[in-house]
Amino acid sequence: MYGYAFRRLLLAVPVLLGVSVVVFLLMAVIPGDPAHAILGPYATPENVARLQAELGLDRPLPERYLVWLDNLAHGDLGRSYSLNRPVLDEVTERLGPTLLLAGTALLLCTLMGLAAGVVAAVRQYGWQDRVLTLLVLVGISTPSFWLGLVLTLVFSVQLQWLPASGMHAPYGASGALDVLRHLLLPAVTLAVVAAGVIARLTRAGMLEVLRQDFVRTARAKGVREARVVFRHAFRAALVNLVPVIGIQTGFVIGGAVYIETVFQWPGIGRMLVEAISARDVLLVQGGVLVMAGVYVLINLAADVVQHALDPRIGT
Amino acid sequence: MSFVTLQTRTPRAARWLLAAIALLAPVLAAGAAPARTPPGVLVVGQVAEPKSLDPGAVTALNDFRILVNLYDGLVRYRPGTLRIAPALATSWTVSEDGTLYTFRLREGVRFHDGTPFDAEAVKFTFDRMLDPKHPQHDTGPFPLADFFFGHVRAVTVVDPHTVRFRLDAPYAPFLSNLAYPTALIVSPAGVRKHGADFGRHPSGTGPFRFERWDANRRVVVERNDGYWDGAPKLDAVVFRPLTDPTTRVTEMLSGGLDLMLEVPPDQVAAFTGDDHFRLLRKPGPHLWFLILNTREGPFADRRVRRAVDYAIDREALVDQLLQGNAAVASGVVPAAFAWAHDASLAPTFHDPDKARALIREAGQEGAEITFYVAEGGSGMLDPVPMGTAIQADLARVGLKVTIETYEWNTYLRRVNAGLAGKADMAEMAWMTNDPDTLPYLALRAEAWPKKGGFNSGYYANPEVDRLLDAARRATDRDERGRLYRRMERIVSADAPWAVIASGKQTAVTTDRVRGFSLEPSFSLLLWRTGKQ
Repeated sequence: MYGYAFRRLLLAVPVLLGVSVVVFLLMAVIPGDPAHAILGPYATPENVARLQAELGLDRPLPERYLVWLDNLAHGDLGRSYSLNRPVLDEVTERLGPTLLLAGTALLLCTLMGLAAGVVAAVRQYGWQDRVLTLLVLVGISTPSFWLGLVLTLVFSVQLQWLPASGMHAPYGASGALDVLRHLLLPAVTLAVVAAGVIARLTRAGMLEVLRQDFVRTARAKGVREARVVFRHAFRAALVNLVPVIGIQTGFVIGGAVYIETVFQWPGIGRMLVEAISARDVLLVQGGVLVMAGVYVLINLAADVVQHALDPRIGT
Repeated sequence: MSFVTLQTRTPRAARWLLAAIALLAPVLAAGAAPARTPPGVLVVGQVAEPKSLDPGAVTALNDFRILVNLYDGLVRYRPGTLRIAPALATSWTVSEDGTLYTFRLREGVRFHDGTPFDAEAVKFTFDRMLDPKHPQHDTGPFPLADFFFGHVRAVTVVDPHTVRFRLDAPYAPFLSNLAYPTALIVSPAGVRKHGADFGRHPSGTGPFRFERWDANRRVVVERNDGYWDGAPKLDAVVFRPLTDPTTRVTEMLSGGLDLMLEVPPDQVAAFTGDDHFRLLRKPGPHLWFLILNTREGPFADRRVRRAVDYAIDREALVDQLLQGNAAVASGVVPAAFAWAHDASLAPTFHDPDKARALIREAGQEGAEITFYVAEGGSGMLDPVPMGTAIQADLARVGLKVTIETYEWNTYLRRVNAGLAGKADMAEMAWMTNDPDTLPYLALRAEAWPKKGGFNSGYYANPEVDRLLDAARRATDRDERGRLYRRMERIVSADAPWAVIASGKQTAVTTDRVRGFSLEPSFSLLLWRTGKQ
């Protein structure tokens, strides 16, 4: 299995290189460039030309890419035009908050989704099932940024229980508890929509497993129902849910961009959106590279976990 | 099949619920105290993360707002006006031919890092930006240095408290440019020590000193007790970047901010009814207008251009669409420049009948017009709804307008390259610090796009060119005012642009904030502000 994991990691390198070429080309093709973005209304042609020369933007595209690649090999991702600081510093500072947000949201949505799905399956056609199915439908249909705004209005503006945005209190020291308070609304918002998908699939999976012979056998043996549900049926259903959770991870990380914008969370998703707007090529490259790397690792982890849960699934 | 009985399920469900409450309680309790900010500390909601705190390196108003509190320039605007007043320079003289400016500097002033302010510091500040051979020139780039100070030939230290600028030609806007944030004076010792990172470790002479910058979270500045003009009232100011306007509003409403800038027009109502908040609005040297293609198409005919002037309902745009966040404008010199604007130039009255008559006379009924509309952009107010409203106004008088929208950066490139062969009219907005800038760069024949200017509509009037050149050379301010007013009247009659509105700055403060007002220069001066 280690060999498998290692081979997958090696394959990631050409994937990431390919991604970096595509991003570079895209940024070159879209209209606008950092010099125009920086100068805005002051962008006289001579000002632009001077700034482009100073920023090295007047060099041919392949040369610029190779320079970037060479710097990358030395661990240097360049200096951001729009933020005037090393790309590496900015990216490493922004990745943590996104992982925290996405990780917490993923944990919440998995717990909520699995719990809801199990209860709905066990109480099939009962009132719990109907209520949960309705909630799931609402959850899936709700736009995440709208939900975020509504939660902010209720909990921050009206009740003033939780802060409206950001990751830390604006003034004074900020500890783990402070971060947790800031994390609550964004993570819940992000989790609600993803939970719906997991809940539905858990319910379906559980229903299928609960009909199977081995479950009937366990019950006939006199095993307590709770044990039947959680120890036997759930474990069996879980195997098929791992890839779903893996996909929802992608959704959560992608959805983080909206949530980071609404809640001004200092994450990498929002950084990328702003960098693209500012045509900050180097920052976009650095950010996309890191995000692509994260996706590769997560996919690999999901496959490994699934294999560990059920060795019959081939690698 | 037997299901888990209700009796055994309830305690478990109850246990889960209790566990959840137990987990959340400390989290909620830790913040149950209202989110009020501490007294003496002003929390300001900015529209973006600052790029740098080095005045030479930045172009955005967002950065300038912090910089004017950390640094001083040789001159500044008298509070509440756009008149030049002494700052780090106590007096100055201008030579007869308008090319030599000699400044007498204030004595006994120190930078925040302790080093003394003197003529060397002034020379350093400008040479660094303008001289490619200066040892610290690589701490740039300095995007606006040439734009504002390209006429500076040499900066000379006459003695430690006297500095002289030699220009290559008389250039009257020089003093206004010195009041602009690009000319704020930096500490040479600071730049030498930090190099390109000076932007993250700023040192100036301003009323506040830099304390810390946590990226994407806050910039904190503290009171400078030794400030030469008297220490500020506040202990500290925290600048928080909140890019999403709705988030700024929710932070303001939930007590996380004391002062918020750039209120979205739709959210103004959230603050006007509430006694806890004060809404401030002030027009600034800003102009929103339509560039008309005077070279080809329907607008080559002046009558059709004047028809556009009569067709657009400016009052409705400003009052209803922009909800009072702008004022109707007339003339190409913003009214904020009271000394150079012709106040007798009333905005054209909304008169669709007159518009139709002019169009008929020109034989352009049913003319098809391509209208470039931006999707956003700094200072563009609400470009898409405004574009749509204007389209409707023009349709009412018989002009068929087709709108093409573009993302801001793309839009600028297309429009600045000239409208020929592409469009008949385009939205544009400018914020300036001197009445010279906009007409000089956008209305002269020498400013056509292929000559490097912004005259995308190809307007050319030799009298206008002559007046603008003369105004640049004039050293007497009243004379300059007279020349600009004449230029304004001519341009108004030619109507190469349809001037629509002057944006107002908007800000909201809580009722605990005292002594804050908006400046016409759009500077955010917090030196006299206090908080209970």
